[in-house]
Amino acid sequence: MARINSPKELEELRQKILSQRDPNKPCITLCSGTACHASGSENIAAIFLQELEKEGLKADVDFRRTGCHGFCERGPIVVIYPEEICYLQVQPEDVPEIISQTIKEKKVIDRLLYADPTTGEKVTYEPEIPFYKNQKQVVFGTNRRIDPTSIEDYLAIGGYRALAKALFEMTPEQVVNEVTKANLRGRGGGGFPTGRKWETTRDAPGEPKYVIVNADEGDPGAYMDRSLLEGNPHSVLEGLVIGAYAIGSHEGFIYVRQEYPLAVENVYIAIKQAEEYGLLGKNILGSGFDFTIDVHRGAGAFVSGESSALMTAIEGRVGEPRPKYIRTAVSGIWDKPSNLNNVETWANVPLIIDRGANWYTSIGTEGSKGTKIFSLVGKVNNTGLVEVPMGVTLREIIYNIGGGIPGGKKFKAVQTGGPSGGVIPEKYLDAPVDFDELTKLDSMMGSGGMIVMDEDTCVVDVARYFIDFLCDESCGKCVPCREGLKHMREILDDIVSGRGKPGDIELLEGISRIMARASLCALGQTAPNPVLTTIKYFRDEYEAHIEEKRCPALVCKDLISFYIDPSKCQACMICGRECPVGAISGGKGLVHIIDQDKCTRCGTCFDVCPARFSAVRKISGEPVPEAIPEAERVLARGK
Amino acid sequence: MELTKINTIIDKYPQKQSVLIQLLLDIQGEFNWISQDAIQRISERLGIPVSQIYRVASFYKAMSLTPRGKHVINVCMGTACHVRGATRIINKLEESLGIKTGETTEDRNFTLERVNCLGCCALGPVMVVDKDYHGKMTPAKVEAVLKEYN
Repeated sequence: MARINSPKELEELRQKILSQRDPNKPCITLCSGTACHASGSENIAAIFLQELEKEGLKADVDFRRTGCHGFCERGPIVVIYPEEICYLQVQPEDVPEIISQTIKEKKVIDRLLYADPTTGEKVTYEPEIPFYKNQKQVVFGTNRRIDPTSIEDYLAIGGYRALAKALFEMTPEQVVNEVTKANLRGRGGGGFPTGRKWETTRDAPGEPKYVIVNADEGDPGAYMDRSLLEGNPHSVLEGLVIGAYAIGSHEGFIYVRQEYPLAVENVYIAIKQAEEYGLLGKNILGSGFDFTIDVHRGAGAFVSGESSALMTAIEGRVGEPRPKYIRTAVSGIWDKPSNLNNVETWANVPLIIDRGANWYTSIGTEGSKGTKIFSLVGKVNNTGLVEVPMGVTLREIIYNIGGGIPGGKKFKAVQTGGPSGGVIPEKYLDAPVDFDELTKLDSMMGSGGMIVMDEDTCVVDVARYFIDFLCDESCGKCVPCREGLKHMREILDDIVSGRGKPGDIELLEGISRIMARASLCALGQTAPNPVLTTIKYFRDEYEAHIEEKRCPALVCKDLISFYIDPSKCQACMICGRECPVGAISGGKGLVHIIDQDKCTRCGTCFDVCPARFSAVRKISGEPVPEAIPEAERVLARGK
Repeated sequence: MELTKINTIIDKYPQKQSVLIQLLLDIQGEFNWISQDAIQRISERLGIPVSQIYRVASFYKAMSLTPRGKHVINVCMGTACHVRGATRIINKLEESLGIKTGETTEDRNFTLERVNCLGCCALGPVMVVDKDYHGKMTPAKVEAVLKEYN
């Protein structure tokens, strides 16, 4: 490929790429994000290519692997253009039929379409599926139209146009001003105004200055940054180069988790392509501006996502935070001014420059502009990534897009903001989602994790889960975080295993107050949030664990027993066979009984008991009923 | 043999301290663990004290200072997997393999580890053996998955 030396050449190349593409030519696209990959999309891709070859259709039909579509629950996803016919959960054996029916005969295969879970109504075209229809995909929507390993695909949808505009039509100050005017706030969690951060680094004394992409997405249950970086890496690169130009930086870093191998791979490919086209490196687009990017893989430490810790890790040292009396924007990597933004923030930048701050501020609420991508996971029908304008309500996200709670269960709470966030109960479902409103509910936006919980989720167990997670991830540098978390974990361990004492709740609150005020970095300062919000909204559940030794959600292993209801047991022997410790007695025609002393409460019997019997019950806070007399165990079947 | 490979990895990078983490990750990727010899070699070639390399290698979860099994099992412990019952999967694995999380079986076939979210929450609970993802796991499915790697 030839180097591009001016905005004119860039446009010429774009037109050339577009002229070679026929929008009416059939194109089969296959989602190849991590989740679809894990569901076998690579194998399906191989079969598609094989079948197209076999049928002699290679020249007439295009095939493209795309980035993540977001509807991960129903992967692998196949979309056929130009109609945008969408097939879900496609299996290898479906491929020949898709070719013969849909490609050759233009017939839609009914069984592969989306079916509404309540009405059963089928939806043929991808944009009409409620999961997509109720979103506003500004940043994330391009993922499904491009192959992340093809810079030509990105150019075809207008890629790098914003970069050319910034470099040739705007001064660095104008770029900063535009981002400030757009009121873009940091998508990594803090919500700090990006324009102000850029300005600080720009004005700070010291050279060189650095710009960094934080792709150390550590919040468990959040994966939007990974999907953006692996699905559309060029949009992040373009944002970064624009930012570098605005700030006056010539060297950038992408710090990405090594647990995201596909993102790492795609970023390397994108950087190489951008360099070859002259969109990175020396004299970008002939503007005289130089900029290079280095990729650093994170090695599995949650705390390294904190800005000062991440910068220390880039220096090759242990990624621990430091006190930030002087901000990293002023003194970061090797004590030089360093501007750090997360993946999603960078991906917003080209849009703001290309379409203008006025367009951008037309989306969202007063204090939070634009859209936000959420990772909607947990006990929800449509698990996946959703992008919505700031200000939509939790209910709209969970019900209209997420399709509600599976299995007819009742909604209990939603956890936002990862380990630093809080749990929000049902009564606030109509709260609008933006930076400030979530903070009012004692939770936070965080990076966009949204974990839905149903009535079968124990909030005390969830609080313990987060504290346990943070306890492992605390770097141990400051006492309040290191010791505070350890003690909180001990107390919560006691509560969930039936050793809770009166006064434990107050003790947790006390430790929380100290940690929030005295910890060195945000990890410790915000660590108590999951505990404090669960106590605030679900105090009765804590009390049930402590006082009655009862887990209302029937989750905490030490507080529950499994019991086979003799009136329901059909003596089918399935549970007896599956029980790993041989705790279930009974035989053909003999009602089964669990030996409570042997039972390890693994729950296998509960899982395997056929739904039409549902004989296995969980009991908490009350004694297990006496076993029925031997004589009554014999099952009288109507034979 | 091993030293040649270690040298090749070191040669890929400029000789400065900032490459240390990347270097250790590559060595971990190649050998599944980081040996004393490897640390010694890096120390000599890059002029970084051995103590400092140990500090880095012991801080990060992705690095192991003891040999690991032929197959590494990672159970995702992200929040989404947690609320869908990941703890029960790990309990079952510990019981079946007779080891605790973080340990390696005596025959060196399996190492059991946990990871903080792999970002495929739709498939939760997820366990990954080497590079194969096994989604929507239940305790009852564990034995069958393990058999594939025996």
